[in-house]
Amino acid sequence: MGYSKGGPVYRGLGKIPDRALLLFAGLVYLFLYAPIMVLIFFSFNSTRNTQVWTGFSTQWYGELIRDGSVLNAFKLSLIVGLTATAIATVIGTLTALALSRYDFRGKTFADSAIYAATVMPEIVVGVSLLVFLVAATVELGIVTIIIAHVAFCISFVTIVVRARLSGMDRSVEEAAQDLGASPVQTFLRVTLPLILPGVMAGALLAFTLSFDDFVITFFVAGVGSSTLPLKIYSMIKFGVSPVINALSTVVMVSTMILILGGSRFLSRGEKA
Amino acid sequence: MGKEGRSWTLRLAGLLAPVTVWLGLFFLVPLLFILAYSFGTSGVYGGITLGFNPSNYLKVFDPLYLEIIIRTFVIALLNTFLCLLIGYPLAYFITFKGGRHKHTLILLVMIPFWTSLLLRAYAWVVILGGDNGIANRVLQFLHITDHPLTLIFTPQAVMMGMVYSYLPFMILPLYAALEKFDWRLKEAAQDLGASRWHTFWRVTFPLSMPGVIAGSILVFIPSAGEFVIPNLLGGARTMMVGNLIQQQFLSARDWAFGSALAVMLAVLLVGAIMFYVRRVGAEKLEEV
Amino acid sequence: MAGEKRISRGDFLKVVGAGAVAGSTLSVLACQPNTTAQSSGGGGGGPEEKALNFYNWGDYVAKSTIPDFEKQTGIKVTQDFYGSNEELLAKLQAGGTGYDVIVPSDYMISIMIKSDILEPLDMSKIPNFKNVGDNYKGLPYDPKNEYSVPYQWGTTGILYNKKVLGTLEPSWDPMWDPANKGKIGMLNDERETPGAALYKLGYSVNTTNKEQLDEAEAELKKQKPLLRGYFDSTQNRPSVVNGDLLLGHVFSGDAFLALSQDEDLYYIIPKPAATRWTDNMAIPKGAEHPDNAHKFINYILGAKTGAELSNYTYYNTPNEAALPMIDDALKNLPGYQLGPSVFERLQIIQDVGKATREYSTLFTAVKSA
Repeated sequence: MGYSKGGPVYRGLGKIPDRALLLFAGLVYLFLYAPIMVLIFFSFNSTRNTQVWTGFSTQWYGELIRDGSVLNAFKLSLIVGLTATAIATVIGTLTALALSRYDFRGKTFADSAIYAATVMPEIVVGVSLLVFLVAATVELGIVTIIIAHVAFCISFVTIVVRARLSGMDRSVEEAAQDLGASPVQTFLRVTLPLILPGVMAGALLAFTLSFDDFVITFFVAGVGSSTLPLKIYSMIKFGVSPVINALSTVVMVSTMILILGGSRFLSRGEKA
Repeated sequence: MGKEGRSWTLRLAGLLAPVTVWLGLFFLVPLLFILAYSFGTSGVYGGITLGFNPSNYLKVFDPLYLEIIIRTFVIALLNTFLCLLIGYPLAYFITFKGGRHKHTLILLVMIPFWTSLLLRAYAWVVILGGDNGIANRVLQFLHITDHPLTLIFTPQAVMMGMVYSYLPFMILPLYAALEKFDWRLKEAAQDLGASRWHTFWRVTFPLSMPGVIAGSILVFIPSAGEFVIPNLLGGARTMMVGNLIQQQFLSARDWAFGSALAVMLAVLLVGAIMFYVRRVGAEKLEEV
Repeated sequence: MAGEKRISRGDFLKVVGAGAVAGSTLSVLACQPNTTAQSSGGGGGGPEEKALNFYNWGDYVAKSTIPDFEKQTGIKVTQDFYGSNEELLAKLQAGGTGYDVIVPSDYMISIMIKSDILEPLDMSKIPNFKNVGDNYKGLPYDPKNEYSVPYQWGTTGILYNKKVLGTLEPSWDPMWDPANKGKIGMLNDERETPGAALYKLGYSVNTTNKEQLDEAEAELKKQKPLLRGYFDSTQNRPSVVNGDLLLGHVFSGDAFLALSQDEDLYYIIPKPAATRWTDNMAIPKGAEHPDNAHKFINYILGAKTGAELSNYTYYNTPNEAALPMIDDALKNLPGYQLGPSVFERLQIIQDVGKATREYSTLFTAVKSA
């Protein structure tokens, strides 16, 4: 009731649409990964060029290890990303529940505010947040970056989770409560598992937004809190070094290994 | 029924407190600054003198800027449409054909986006660029074209770049919405003799509307503020409102005008979304 | 209360209360020192903490410079990055502090001086200033070097494919030549590109004369159909190298990088005029380690460090004492060492005050055309 099984054998009314869909999906993945392959390719370039191939070399991987600053920036981005994602996902999910299931005075305002947070161009958010933080005499640093990231991620999580919530069959939750479960129990044992794919999707989106954010991060970062995008985007004027390609390759390959290796773990998540 | 009254309001308050505090403090209050700036006067070297100066808003209606705003809307709309066209089948595939590997497949969609957009844009320049670039060579090899095309630094390249950047914003909400879909409804329809296509159009797609709407919002709205793609993939020849606002805050040092533009953009977009949602019916969004 | 879902006053107060508690918790969290723990040392008596916060362009310092400085002085350097002068200015103006040494370009120095966000330099702490060549001292944006000393300098010119185009006369005309249609790349810079048009017309790059600006706008609009686009210098470089462009509007360092890898290319500094730019070191107001900042600036101006810097960045050094130690491969590239006749035709981009917005609007109109 309101919960799907992992979809296997589809009552085939024709294999052609199935094959077409598979081909299409393959093409989309190719589209998504084409630049990645180029990126990896150039991480082995023999000169400091990310667009013209001059020969094979692993020097950039060596430099990645020697020059700690890139790895530090990466580490920082990871810390910021994971923390901000966790907080934003929690807040965004709670908000989605509120907006999805309740009607109240000021709901229009709340809706508008959520949408407005996705509209505002980064430069506007960055500058105004900095002005505010300075006026509030908050010291700039990693914490302020996290604060800013949570602020712009909440809306995205909210909107994604709402998409999951709408049209959801409430009967299981009601049954649980009729059987005496408290609201918190109902939420944790019934609702949350039901909306989990939506919550995970929202979290994934939030992390992606946070990890590559430049403009807002630039303005609210403090001394010594240079995240990876700050390091990368600041290189535009004088040229991005293939060290960044090397880092990206390492990250991608490790993530792939983790995911494909762990896919067996992930794929057993289907409940009856 | 009847979980009304005090416990209801308490629960609602509990659910809304975190976002109220966080967005209230770190988004709405700064927004008030921007609102104030939009009525101020920019100093010659940046900075703002506050006051009541509506001329910044009047400046928005200058044909030069209106053209940019309109162009941005068109691009954002096209982007949304294309993302839907490409993203929906993929989300469908992952949800219904992915089986045990659903989660892996979704993660695989996102992983490329954990590398810097800058690097990926540079990679696209390599792929699409040059008479002997990868794309041109492939196209000629497949006999789709017989001479090299100019693919990069064109408005089409910008469009492709936009779709490329925003596809996850469409795919994730669609997946979230499709994934809860009840198989049995589909099977029931087909038991009753409906063709696959019919089933899709009359059953699946309408039920996935919340995902479609969410995805469309998440693509359309931020698209309007995009400034990186037009520069990196368009040779800076397609100016969007994001570039304009960026310019006003940075090189033109006209914070007042930049703020006015941002406020106008927000009002227009949020207004459009709210109007659409109210009209299509909050029902579509909440119940089915 | 079926069907009526209104919040009563008591509950409203509870929400506000919860919000206040959450809010104050958050503010307490936010006010904790950031993890690099740069607590304010200086101000008044007492020795400075042995730390320095260096805010620089990305990858604009040799790899060994900072570690050597740290070893020599025991001062720990934290480096942070920005990607444009305007971003730097906006951040400082919006209140972003904590940096001890910044590296703004020429016109930005004068803007910062006028905005009163720079600390005057104590030249007695920078004895290496004597290494700076006369050509690079006392420039219009800071005539007495009260607030800045030069860091690197360069020119903006044309990198082109000598093999295809042959040797070109130093002039801006090839960038407007219809024969090169689709293979020309200009800079996405609202002073440099309108500047190129102004140079071509024989005007000053800092003009505020409306007619001259209109003429420049017309020239640029005429040029636009011939262009591949407006790019960063670092995009023009590989585009010329791989043949997508025949001519690229570039900064000299990018040109030299390309020339050192490809002999088919050449770099010219066009007549009648072209830009010469200078990046400088300065100390923002409110810097917490001004003494260390001076030490660092002085260190950079040392002969060996200056050579290290230019050998890494491929830009020119203002440091005469460093010149002998510049790599020959670099020194001998065309356009690296400039004679006085070239110097004469170089102009420095300066802040034009209110007219800055004219340039912005001009460039927007051209890009939108």
